[in-house]
Amino acid sequence: MKKILFIEDESALQKTFKDILEKEGYELISAFDGETGLESAKTQKPDLILLDLILPRKNGFEVLEKLKKDEVTKEIPVIVLTNLEDIESVEKAIELGATTYLVKAQYSLEEVIQKVKKALEE
Amino acid sequence: MKIFEQLNIPQQCRKYGVSIWQCPSFLFLIMGMLIALTAILSYFVGTKFIEEPRIVALIVLIVTAILFILATLIVNSFEKLAQANKMKSEFINIASHHLRAPLSNLIWALEFLMSGRLGRISENQLEYFKILKENSERMQNLLKDLIIVAKIEGGSLSFKEEEFSLEELTREIIQQFESFAKASNCEIEFFTEENLPKIYGDRHQIRQVIENLLDNAIRYTKGKGKVKIKIKRDKKFVYFEVKDNGVGIPKEEQKFIFQKFFRSSNILKYTTQGTGLGLFIAKAIVERSGGKIGFTSQEGRGSTFWFTLPIKK
Repeated sequence: MKKILFIEDESALQKTFKDILEKEGYELISAFDGETGLESAKTQKPDLILLDLILPRKNGFEVLEKLKKDEVTKEIPVIVLTNLEDIESVEKAIELGATTYLVKAQYSLEEVIQKVKKALEE
Repeated sequence: MKIFEQLNIPQQCRKYGVSIWQCPSFLFLIMGMLIALTAILSYFVGTKFIEEPRIVALIVLIVTAILFILATLIVNSFEKLAQANKMKSEFINIASHHLRAPLSNLIWALEFLMSGRLGRISENQLEYFKILKENSERMQNLLKDLIIVAKIEGGSLSFKEEEFSLEELTREIIQQFESFAKASNCEIEFFTEENLPKIYGDRHQIRQVIENLLDNAIRYTKGKGKVKIKIKRDKKFVYFEVKDNGVGIPKEEQKFIFQKFFRSSNILKYTTQGTGLGLFIAKAIVERSGGKIGFTSQEGRGSTFWFTLPIKK
């Protein structure tokens, strides 16, 4: 079973994603802050990371930077899932090594799930 | 370094998001020059008519002092106004961002429920879920508009320059509007030229401009409607127009049409929905992209809105 790590402080989203992705046949690991997210990435070695940018205890950019510097985690694809939509944030995240950048308000849940599936197939 | 920043007047004025004649730094400069000029002038006038140099010096001093006090008062009040304006935009920005997160959670949770993955739901229940979703999406769209308005006014609307086909983008949008047009008993026709050059601008923002114009055209056409979209080359620009046979804009209201929150009286007869932000945003984006925007309209006959975008910089 493929493992997805979801680093997001909104518990409502954590629950929605856990339910929907488990029904799709994936295992979802939840992390509610940047620090825990980094730890889980190292210990659990997920196949994909979904990352919010505004997070307590290390923001998403810092997490992304650390993930891409670490030998253990640098190959794991990262989908950024956020409400920050300014070009500076998009460019910064892509530069730091994010595979995909999704603005929450611009996508339906179904579209996000399709992107997750696609990323896991590749 | 700070003093150089202060001297960069266009940048300072953009930061406040006000026009040049309301911009404190610019006014300060003008006032300063005016005071210096008056001081010199009163010196020359004084020496011509008054023999006693001490009285000349006194007059020059008094005139300069009065002007200085006046200038400080004026610049200060404009500074306060500009700051209030900036704070208002920042407030909208922060408030909207904090409303966005819970709204996304709400909409996604609803979509999950509606997908039936958590168990079957009845037709009747589905109707209510649709109401919840539609209304949440209305809030989301309003927030999107408010955020972009705050950015326009704060002078921080970022702008990604890319080359793209306006025709392709328009076809995409027409497809997206198909069901809305059908539901409104409206037919969309599309005319374009062959070999249209690509245009230069921010695709995502131009999309919003076309969506706003097309949405207005369909929304404010009552009864059987026809909306014609035309794209053609116009020298160094590509010209886009959307023409409807809708309610039109009364002549006396036409000058307000691009103003923020303005809504035409004959539109309010039909619907109270809508924010009056669409055309304000469209104008700001088109002008920021180096193009022009305008319209012609006749009450009861329909409106034609057009814009141009540069082919290459």
